[in-house]
Amino acid sequence: MIETTTNWFAACRVEDAVENGGVCVKCGDEQIALFYFTRRNEWYATQNLCPHRKQMALSRGMIGSAGEEPKVACPFHKKTFSLATGECLSGDECALQTYPVKVENGIVYIDPTPKSY
Amino acid sequence: MEQKNVVIIGNGMVGHKFCEKLATKSTSFRLIVFGEEPIRAYDRVHLSEYFNGKSAEDLSLCASDWYKNQNITLHLNDPVKEIDRINKTVHSSRGLTVNYDYLILATGSSAFVPDIPGIEKEGVFVYRTIEDLKLIRNYAASAKKGAVLGGGLLGLEAAKALMDLQLHETHVIEFAPRLMPRQIDSAGSHMLQSMLTDLGLSIHLNKGTSSIEGVDRIESLKFNDGSELSVDMLVISAGIRPRDELARLSGIDVGTRGGIMVNEYMQTSDPGIFAIGECALFDHNIYGLIAPGYEMAEVVANKICEGTDRTFNGFDMSTKLKLIGVDVASFGDPFITEPDARTIVFEDTHNGVYKRVNISSDGRYLLGGILIGDAEAFNMLLQTVNNKIILPANPADLILGARGGAQSETAGITSLPDEALICSCEGVTKATICNAVSDDGCETIDALKKCTKAGTGCGGCVPMMKDLMLHTMKLNGKYVRDVVCEHFQLSRQELYDLIKIHNLKKYEQVLDTLGKGDGCEVCKPMVSSLLASIWNDMILKKGNDTAQDSNDRFLANIQKGGTYSVVPRIPGGEITPEKLIVIGQVAKKYNLYTKITGGQRIDMFGAHLSDLPLIWEELIAEGFESGHAYGKALRTVKSCVGSTWCRFGLHDSVTFAIRIEERYRGLRAPHKFKSAVSGCIRECAEAQSKDFGIIATEKGWNLYVCGNGGSKPQHALLLATDLDGDTCIQYIDRFLMFYISTADPLTRTATWLNKMEGGIEYLRNVVVYNSLGMAAQWETEMQILANTYECEWKAAVEDPAIRKRFSHFVNAPEEKDPTVKFDEMRGQKKAADWTLV
Ligand code: SRM
Ligand SMILES: Cc1cc2nc3c(=O)[nH]c(=O)nc-3n(C[C@H](O)[C@H](O)[C@H](O)COP(=O)(O)OP(=O)(O)OC[C@H]3O[C@@H](n4cnc5c(N)ncnc54)[C@H](O)[C@@H]3O)c2cc1C
Ligand code: SF4
Ligand code: FES
Repeated sequence: MIETTTNWFAACRVEDAVENGGVCVKCGDEQIALFYFTRRNEWYATQNLCPHRKQMALSRGMIGSAGEEPKVACPFHKKTFSLATGECLSGDECALQTYPVKVENGIVYIDPTPKSY
Repeated sequence: MEQKNVVIIGNGMVGHKFCEKLATKSTSFRLIVFGEEPIRAYDRVHLSEYFNGKSAEDLSLCASDWYKNQNITLHLNDPVKEIDRINKTVHSSRGLTVNYDYLILATGSSAFVPDIPGIEKEGVFVYRTIEDLKLIRNYAASAKKGAVLGGGLLGLEAAKALMDLQLHETHVIEFAPRLMPRQIDSAGSHMLQSMLTDLGLSIHLNKGTSSIEGVDRIESLKFNDGSELSVDMLVISAGIRPRDELARLSGIDVGTRGGIMVNEYMQTSDPGIFAIGECALFDHNIYGLIAPGYEMAEVVANKICEGTDRTFNGFDMSTKLKLIGVDVASFGDPFITEPDARTIVFEDTHNGVYKRVNISSDGRYLLGGILIGDAEAFNMLLQTVNNKIILPANPADLILGARGGAQSETAGITSLPDEALICSCEGVTKATICNAVSDDGCETIDALKKCTKAGTGCGGCVPMMKDLMLHTMKLNGKYVRDVVCEHFQLSRQELYDLIKIHNLKKYEQVLDTLGKGDGCEVCKPMVSSLLASIWNDMILKKGNDTAQDSNDRFLANIQKGGTYSVVPRIPGGEITPEKLIVIGQVAKKYNLYTKITGGQRIDMFGAHLSDLPLIWEELIAEGFESGHAYGKALRTVKSCVGSTWCRFGLHDSVTFAIRIEERYRGLRAPHKFKSAVSGCIRECAEAQSKDFGIIATEKGWNLYVCGNGGSKPQHALLLATDLDGDTCIQYIDRFLMFYISTADPLTRTATWLNKMEGGIEYLRNVVVYNSLGMAAQWETEMQILANTYECEWKAAVEDPAIRKRFSHFVNAPEEKDPTVKFDEMRGQKKAADWTLV
C-alpha cells in the first residue's frame, strides 16, 4: 500500500478525553467522535453522526467489545458499530467513517481526511 | 467457462432476492437487472415505516455497493419496454439492448384502480411505492379529511398511515359487508370494526363508490346509496393487478384476469423465460405476499443452476396484520364450517378478543382459524396446521391456554417435525435452526440470524427461534442460564451476590474479577445498576461514569434530536405556588417545552447538554432535587388529596405518599418502579396499577404489589391488609429488597412475580411471614440505603470534573451542537422530526 499524505488535526489533550468512553471533537464543520479505549490502551475516531436516525450521538455511546472487535453502541436505539472498521454489527447495511488517531506529547491528533480505499 | 446472461426485469423484493440466491449458488452467470423505479430494491413489506421515520436508505434491501461487489449490472430508472424472443434480447426505455440466455420477469404488481368517474382528480393516490408515499405525505400536510378505498389488509395499513399523518378524520370505505373479507369472518370483522373505531377510524361497509366529486381536486365521494362524504384526499387500495403488460406484448401466455402463466418451475409459455413474485399466475393464483415470492425465486435459481429438482407447489396464505395497533391474524382455512369441520369460537367483547379455530370433524387436526385482539398464538397455530400435528384432547386449550393442567411453554415446539417451516420469508426449517445451534454453535439470536438468515425478513418468527434455540441447548446438555452477555457467564442474581461477597465497587473491578473481554452495552448498565443498588455510591464516580447507560451518564433522558429532558422530583405530586413559578422561570430562561406528566409532575424538554448543569443548579438552589426520570429507580409516588380535602378521604394519603417517595427516592433496581397512595377505595391515585400501591381502609392501609401499566397492563395483587404506616413500610422494604436481589435485568415487578414459582402466596410468605429469614437484614440494608441517599444532580453540579462532561464539543465547550433543530407547535417548541432522506 502507498502511504497517503495525512493531515493531522490536534483534537484535545489526553486528559480531556474520557476514559473508556467518547467525546465529540469539532473539526471545522465536521463532528468526530473520539474514543479512548483505556482498557486496551487504544484510540479510535469515527463520525459522530449515527447513520441509523441521523443523530449526533455516537460520542455519547457506550464502548465495549464483541469477541475481539472493539465497538460502540449508539445511545438512541443501541445499534452497534465496529470502532476498527466502522461496520454496523447489528446487521444493518450502514457503516461509519473511521479516522486515524495518534497521540504525541500528550496531545491527541485525528486525521479527518477520509481514507481512500 | 463461458458465462451465460441472465436478465432480470424488475428490481423489487423478489427480483432482488433472486439475484442474492443466484449469486450465492453459482458464478457461471452474468446478471443484468433492469428496474423501473429510481432506487434499488427496498423492503415494500415495511413500506409504511417510511411515515415513522425510516428513510429510503433504511428500507433498502442491500448496501449501495452490493450489486457492484457481486458484479451484477443494475440499470435503475430504466424500464424494459420490449422483449424480442426471436433474437433473445430486451430493449430498455433508455435505448439499451441486452441479450439473454435466461430472462426473469419480476415485474410485481401495481395497485388496481377501479374505473370510477373522477378518479383522475388531484388528491387521489395509490399505495405501492416510496414515490407514492412521498406524494401522500406532501399532500396530507394540507389535508384534514382522508379516506381509503378498500378495507383489506393493505387498506387498513394505509388508513393507519393516514391517521399517523395527523389527519383529523380517516375513513375506510369497503364494498363488502365486512373488513378484510379474504381473511376474516363477519364476527371477527365486527370485533375488529369496533376496535378500529375506538382507535379513531370511521368505517363504512357495504358502500359502493359511484363518483369522485370536485373541481380539479377531490372534494367528496358519492356512493351508490345516495350518500356523500366530504374528503380532501383518497388512497385507493382496492386490490392488486399483476404487471403482465410486457409479457402480453411479447406473446407470452397470460391469464384471462391477468398474471403471467407459469408451471411448477415458474416457466412461462416460453421455456427460457420465467416469471416470479406478484406478476406470476400459478394454478389460477396470484400470490400477493412476500414468502411465496421468495420461494419462487429459490425454485428458479435452482432450476437454472441445474441444482436439485425443486418445484413450487402453492403456498400458505396465512397472514398477520401489522402496525394498526390491533392484532389480526388468519391462518390455514379460516372459513371452513360444518359439516367439513367443527369450529370453536371464543369471544370477549370486554377486552376486544375474538378467536376462532376450525378443527377436523374427527377432532384430530387443526384446519385454520382467525385471531383478533390477541394473536400471540399465531406462529404455533400456523405450525400446528402446516405440520398436521395431532391436537390435544381438549382443542379449546389452543385458544384459551391450558387451564388447570400444567403445559410447559415449549411442549408445542417439541411436537413440531423437523421440516416445519419456522421462517417462511427465508424458508428456514426447524431442523436448520436446531442444527445451527448444535453443529455451528449459534447460541444467540444474532448468530442464528447470520448463519441461517431466519428472522431477517418480517421478524415474526424470532420468538419461536429463541424457544427452539434454548430448547436445543438444553437437549445438548448445556446448562441454559440467562447469562448476562458474552462478558459474564453469570446470571444477574449470581452477579449480585458475587459483587457483595467480593466487595467490588467499580465496573472495571467487576469485569476483571468476574468477567472477560471489554464489556458492552448490555453488561455495563446492568452492573452499574447493581453497584448502585448495593453501595448507593454517586453513580458518576470516576470509573463508573462511562459504564452507565447514556441516560444515567448524563442524568437525563436523551430525546429525539439529541437534547435532554429535565424532571425535578415533586413528591406525592404536591407543589407550592412558589416552586411552580421557579419551574416556569427556569423553563423560560432555557427555552424548554413544559408538560404535566402522567406521573403528577412537570417535565421540561429540549435542554442542550451544556445547559443541564446550569438548569439543575438553579432548580437545586430553589429546593428541587433529581426526579430520577432517567434511572432504573423509583419514579413517582402518585397521591390523591385524601382526607386533607376530600369528603371521602379516610387517611392523609398525600403525607403518606411523600413519606414513601422520600424513603425510596434514588433507589436503583432492575427496572424502574412506581407507587401510588389512594385515600379510599375510589382509588383516584390508581394504586392498583403500580409496582406497589397503597389504599386507605377504615383501619389502616392495604398494600398491593406487582401491578403494571405500560404495554401489558396488570392489576396489582393484595399482599396485606389494614396495616399501620410503619408496618406497611417494613413490608415494602422487604418486598423491594427481595425484588432487587432476585429479578432479572429490565424486569418490572409484575413480570418478576409472573415468573415466580408459587406466585403471590410465595411472595406473601417471604415478605409477610419471613419464610426466608431475610426480613431483618433487608430492613437494615434498606435503612442504610435511605440514610446514604444524596441527590446525584447536586453532587454532579458541585464536582468540576463531572460538570466538564456536560459539553457537546471537547475542544469547544462553550458551543452547542449546531445540528439540533426544533419546530414549533401550539406556542411551544418540539423536537424536529427524524431526518428523512
Ligand atoms: C413524561 C411521561 C409521559 C407524559 O408526558 O406524561 C413519560 C415519558 C417517558 N416514558 Fe413513560 N412516561 C410517563 C409516564 C408513564 C406511565 C404512567 C404513570 O407512571 O402513571 C406509564 C405506565 C405505568 C407503568 O409504568 O406501569 C409509563 C410507561 C412507560 C414504559 C412501559 C413500562 C412497562 O412496564 O411496560 C416505558 C418504557 C420503559 O420504561 O422501558 C416508558 C418510558 C418512557 C421514556 C423514558 C422513554 C424514553 O426513553 O425517552 C419517556 C421519557 C420522557 C422524559 O425524557 O422525561 N414509559 N410511562 C410520563 C412521566 C411520568 C413521570 O413524571 O415520571
Ligand atoms: C404497503 C404494502 C404492505 C405490504 N405488506 C405485506 C406484508 O405484511 N406481508 C407480505 O407478505 N407482503 C406484503 N406486501 C406485499 C409485498 O410487498 C409483495 O408481495 C412483494 O413486494 C412482491 O415482490 P415483487 O418483486 O414481486 O414485486 P415488487 O416488489 O412490486 O417489484 C416489482 C418491481 O418491478 C418493477 N417493474 C415493473 N415493470 C418493469 C419493467 N418493465 N422494467 C423494469 N422494472 C419493472 C416495478 O417498478 C417494481 O419496482 C405489502 C405490499 C405493500 C405495497
Ligand atoms: S407513551 Fe411514553 S414512551 Fe411512548 S411516546 Fe409517550 S411518552 Fe414516549
Ligand atoms: S440513531 Fe443511532 S441507533 Fe438509532
